[in-house]
Amino acid sequence: MKKIIYTLLLLLPISVFASGDIRLQSVDIDLSDFEAMQKGAKHYVNYCLGCHSLKHIRYKRIAIDLEIDEDTVLAEIAPEGAGIYEQMHTAMDKRDSSKWFGTTPPDLSLIARSREPDWIYSYLKGFYADKSKPLGVNNTVFKDVGMPNMLWKLQGTQTPVFETVEGQEVIAYIKLTEPGTLSPDEFDTMVTELVNFLVYVGEPSQLKRKTMGKYVLLFFIIFTFIAYLLKKEYWKDIH
Amino acid sequence: MKNKMDACTNSLKNSINISTDWVLKRFPMSKLWNDHMAQYYAPKNFNFWYFFGSLALLILVNQIITGILLTMNYKPDAALAFDSVEYIMRDVNWGWLIRYMHSTGASAFFIVIYLHMFRGMIYGSYKKPRELVWIFGMLLFLCLMAEAFMGYLLPWGQMSYWGAQVIISLFSAIPVIGEDLSLWIRGGYVISDATLNRFFAFHVIAIPLALLILVVLHIIALHEVGSNNPDGIEIKESKDPWGHPVDGIPFHPYYSVKDLVGVGVFLFFFATIIFYMPEMGGYFLEHANFIPADPLKTPEHIAPLWYFTPFYAILRAIPDKFMGVIAMGGAIVVLFLLPWLDRCKVKSIRYRGGIFKKAFVLFIISFIVLGYLGTQPATPGYTMLARVFTAIYFGFFLLLPIYTPFEKTKPVPKKVTHESSVEEDYTALVEAFDKMTIKQEPVKTSWGATITPVKANTAGIKQVLIQLAKKLKESLD
Repeated sequence: MKKIIYTLLLLLPISVFASGDIRLQSVDIDLSDFEAMQKGAKHYVNYCLGCHSLKHIRYKRIAIDLEIDEDTVLAEIAPEGAGIYEQMHTAMDKRDSSKWFGTTPPDLSLIARSREPDWIYSYLKGFYADKSKPLGVNNTVFKDVGMPNMLWKLQGTQTPVFETVEGQEVIAYIKLTEPGTLSPDEFDTMVTELVNFLVYVGEPSQLKRKTMGKYVLLFFIIFTFIAYLLKKEYWKDIH
Repeated sequence: MKNKMDACTNSLKNSINISTDWVLKRFPMSKLWNDHMAQYYAPKNFNFWYFFGSLALLILVNQIITGILLTMNYKPDAALAFDSVEYIMRDVNWGWLIRYMHSTGASAFFIVIYLHMFRGMIYGSYKKPRELVWIFGMLLFLCLMAEAFMGYLLPWGQMSYWGAQVIISLFSAIPVIGEDLSLWIRGGYVISDATLNRFFAFHVIAIPLALLILVVLHIIALHEVGSNNPDGIEIKESKDPWGHPVDGIPFHPYYSVKDLVGVGVFLFFFATIIFYMPEMGGYFLEHANFIPADPLKTPEHIAPLWYFTPFYAILRAIPDKFMGVIAMGGAIVVLFLLPWLDRCKVKSIRYRGGIFKKAFVLFIISFIVLGYLGTQPATPGYTMLARVFTAIYFGFFLLLPIYTPFEKTKPVPKKVTHESSVEEDYTALVEAFDKMTIKQEPVKTSWGATITPVKANTAGIKQVLIQLAKKLKESLD
């Protein structure tokens, strides 16, 4: 009986690792880099806001959190005609989009909380040419994706290289076959900025809570120490 | 000037005294205070495990206060609920902090309650004369589960929605009345706005009321029979000439100041989670719950929050749905029956027989493994494993009445034994460290201090490990 239990306990971690996901590329998120997030906001408005709203964030909030003045936000980031108190809504009509894509493009305010940043990064970089799909592209982390590659002009065209694993044809890697207007490094930086911005939008309060946390913890250390001295004083006569 | 001031303070003191007297003559405030705090005698040998009762009370207060604040901006409406939570997280001043205190508090509540129950089980606090204390405690646990389950629907995320869908559909497995029952609970054929509204009503008023009443009953019942202790002996049996237990000390101030230290340590960890890892890697706030509820899209993998997973694993381990529901309910029913299943006269695990100790270790392992399995997709291998550990879980309870009457127990002391203090534990730790290392020549550092570097002592480490293993073996005999 003991042996069986030990064996089972030993096997436990192995079976955990066995169910691995598709390997994701890791992205370097830096929430103290306001400049990167400002650029990310610009990229978002240029390339994503056409279809995907960010209805849980206001331009005003971006101005405050990323330390830009309101006029600059309106002039350089927000689309024309947007007000500073407005949320980042898309101009696309819901009925149109569901007619064109079969579904309404989701709001992305919380995408960095439901998906990890690495996934978004790998997704944005993972588009490859696939003639069998209606939009001509497929994605390495999101199979049969229903969205065109918005960044193809910047990234260029990627094509997959296949290999056979256990009798099934799978993608070994994707390679750049037609260069875009940005070099691969410049493109990586741009996508990183975009993901950085989305991580911030997912939870704007994280900028505040992490700096505030250390003071709270310091307070509880002092509180505990004083409480400990008090306890020691009271308990002197208990044996 | 000074005289005037004195006269002023005197008259103020007088009026306070008069009004205090007025109240005390009409309400037994001092009697209540004395009965439950200043003259409630608790055993003096409480250890680490005795912090969790007062901590549970602290979390209950936290949940009620943050909960009231959340309801001020939350909207129990299927079309608005999800967005109103995000509104709290972003646009309400300090809303994010209140929300994280509430969501982290929910998980902390279960951690503390599980440890509190563990304490009761190792020191036999459920045994005569404390059976009713245990029953009230179990009812509290049941209410807490209902409270957590209904509260989890309110953010109206994908996991809220589908988790509730799965759990309520369990009722439909009951023969004859099942279908109608689940329809009646949901208020429709699927989870909908009607369900959200009634869960909101239960979560914010009905169940909290029951919880508060049960907490009062739990404490009154406890204070009637007196607290148990790590030695599992009745301190009321040896009293001093004034009628106070020799081994007892007034709860206030001794345990009120001691619990304050526990509160400080607890809040340190609590704040660490709130400020640095509020999602706790998807265990306290699940990733899929940041997607609004969508009745047309079933998530690939539906998992309840971590505190339900041991029971969820038991449910899935049984091939038949109805039998699974019975087993899941049974896993909680056996806990209720514990005072009568366990027939051993000795309370504390310190003086109980080896079989019980080993069985108890197996039970704890099964609970943790089932908890892990409940978070994972049910593969055939995992299902097999869940069956094995479900058998161990029930085996622990159902075998108790068979062997406990004949248990080979150790002699129980007449008076409570010495409980090592934090200072003593620290000294022992330093001694063990010294044994495991060899001191080198002192070195002066660049900033002017002198430090003594140490090198690992292989023989010493071996010695300490052998001692530790021996102690572990002894404690299981």
